[in-house]
Amino acid sequence: MGVAIECLGLRKTYDAKVEALRGLGLQIAEGECFGLLGPNGAGKTTAIEILEGLLQPTSGDVRIFGRSWHTDAQQLRQWLGISLQETRLSDKLTVRETVDLFASFYRQPLSSADVLAALALGEKADAWVGKLSGGQRQRLAVATALVANPRILFLDEPTTGLDPQSRRQLWEIIGEFQRGGGTVLLTTHYMDEAERLCDRLAIIDYGQTIAEGTPPDLIERLGGQNVVEFSIAPANHNGLESWRDLPGVEAARADNGLVSLSVRQPHVTIPALLEAVSRQGAKLLHLTTRQASLEDVFVRLTGRHLREEA
Amino acid sequence: MSATSEKSPRPAAPHSGARQEIAWLRGGTQHNGRWSGYAHLLIARLREMQREPEVIFWVFLFPLLLAFGLGIAFRSRPASVPNVAIAAGPGADAVLQLAQRSPQSLHARIVPEAEALDGFRLGRYDLVVVPKNAGDNNLPQVEYRYDPARPESVLARAQTDDALQAAAGRTSPIPASAQASSEPGARYIDFLIPGLLGMNLMNSGMWGVGFALVDYRQRKLLKRYVATPMRRGDFLLALMTSRLVLMIPELGLLLAFGIFVFHMRVAGSWLAILLLGTLGAATFAGLGLLTASRAQKIESVSGLINLVMMPMWIFSGVFFSYERFPAVMQPLIRALPLTALNDALRATILQGAPLMAQAQAGRLLVLLAWAGLSFVLALSWFRWT
Repeated sequence: MGVAIECLGLRKTYDAKVEALRGLGLQIAEGECFGLLGPNGAGKTTAIEILEGLLQPTSGDVRIFGRSWHTDAQQLRQWLGISLQETRLSDKLTVRETVDLFASFYRQPLSSADVLAALALGEKADAWVGKLSGGQRQRLAVATALVANPRILFLDEPTTGLDPQSRRQLWEIIGEFQRGGGTVLLTTHYMDEAERLCDRLAIIDYGQTIAEGTPPDLIERLGGQNVVEFSIAPANHNGLESWRDLPGVEAARADNGLVSLSVRQPHVTIPALLEAVSRQGAKLLHLTTRQASLEDVFVRLTGRHLREEA
Repeated sequence: MSATSEKSPRPAAPHSGARQEIAWLRGGTQHNGRWSGYAHLLIARLREMQREPEVIFWVFLFPLLLAFGLGIAFRSRPASVPNVAIAAGPGADAVLQLAQRSPQSLHARIVPEAEALDGFRLGRYDLVVVPKNAGDNNLPQVEYRYDPARPESVLARAQTDDALQAAAGRTSPIPASAQASSEPGARYIDFLIPGLLGMNLMNSGMWGVGFALVDYRQRKLLKRYVATPMRRGDFLLALMTSRLVLMIPELGLLLAFGIFVFHMRVAGSWLAILLLGTLGAATFAGLGLLTASRAQKIESVSGLINLVMMPMWIFSGVFFSYERFPAVMQPLIRALPLTALNDALRATILQGAPLMAQAQAGRLLVLLAWAGLSFVLALSWFRWT
């Protein structure tokens, strides 16, 4: 498999002050679905817009299928299908007219009717864009990207604001596109989405990659595999330190009185935890254990506690 | 239109042989020609405008309403009859009798002096006649109160004085007769319609291009378009073309209205009018483009557009001749694009002046200069994101 997207040392500084990107590097293989995750303001959109050739990086290099935006922009545009965040398409055009319009820009687009059918917009084809629901608009935005018959699909938060059913529909479409040999780069806020769709992902914060890998790999490396969550009364005043010192605990965080411990071996940690609770003379109100998820990785890497330590 | 897409029998996967056919991609790919994007952009823009009721109103209906309203208000009619108040008092009756005896038509009535002066101040009366004590020959003496700054007041004074003197026996040493002339071509409505044409071309050019562009920019639609292989030049060209397409009914409707409702005569050739309309539409489309080249918000571009248009509404001779402004301002006024357009339209429509006549050619040059300058500046400043 060839390399679809490659960037090295991407920096972007706005107004000589705000550093949105500080040396971001990514390599995305052809046929891969790659996720870009990060809290708001981490630099996701800046990164994706630089890769899309819409923004000039302050420094650094971007290659798409080995070509550069400086020399092959027109060719690259033919290869990319893009859905931007917050594009408001013309309200007074119908869905079909909008997709036809976008199709007209490409040398060899797909048939608008097929794309509309695939995105379940067939019934709305003659409705004005202004009359669509939020979810339908979002699907239309993806339709304008797909109709390009692209080699790479760039989706910036494609499912934000969608109902669960529409999200699943969109996942299907993305999966099919990928099975057809297409490469996908997406940003998302939803960890379940990233876990389910992405072959690999990068978590970025403060304009840098802070973790990269396949979802199971990231969970294994950083999530501690298992999570023990509990709450006690009266609340512990020693803070998280006492919990972090328990055997087998890799990380601890508290959220509204609910303490979460990332652990490798629950059977080692839980007896020690119970003993510590009774030693404090406190009562256990709640105790569960579950498999770690990407969410745990994300919160652990970008959450407030980590930031304070960093 | 030859540029639209057509189905191709070729299977999908134009890029790499490794790609399989996607399940829902039954129809295969299409092939688009060089002008496909332009044609679709133009059609989309025309549809958008046609579906916007505000556009229909402001571009087509509003100028007609304006022409109709102003045409009625300033329709040709005999010079207004002066309203004269005669201050009550000794001699007032005598003055009134003299006034009524004269062949000149005057509206004269006797009112108490305070009321007369009040009415004069409010514009109800054009002149106040204050009778004085009767003289030796039993004729009243009068004093005229008038405002030298009000033309109708000056006129009323002259007419009333004439009437009174004639009724009292003054004769005119030179026998004179007069013939009235009120031909189509010299009326206010004839002056007005070409001015409205010019103003309308300016309004719809500035709003139709400037406002639309900033709206697209604010919606991030411009950014979305440049993320495709769309040719940027095609996009701007389509926007310009949409203006020219709209210009034809705009021009035709207002002229037809003038011809059928106000019996206006068109002296010049329709081709020349169409050429002027095209040049005017292009010039103001260019100015609209320039105004919108950087603005990020609808609010800021609205202000800018009004700022650009305001001087031309006032100075460019839409509603009244700009000759009324001081002589020092005349060269500046003539350099404004709307002045050039209005003058050229009037010369062509009302006098049938050929486009190559010296004065016309000068106006065309002014328009071309504005169009060229604004396009060049706009394209170098234009921001797509």
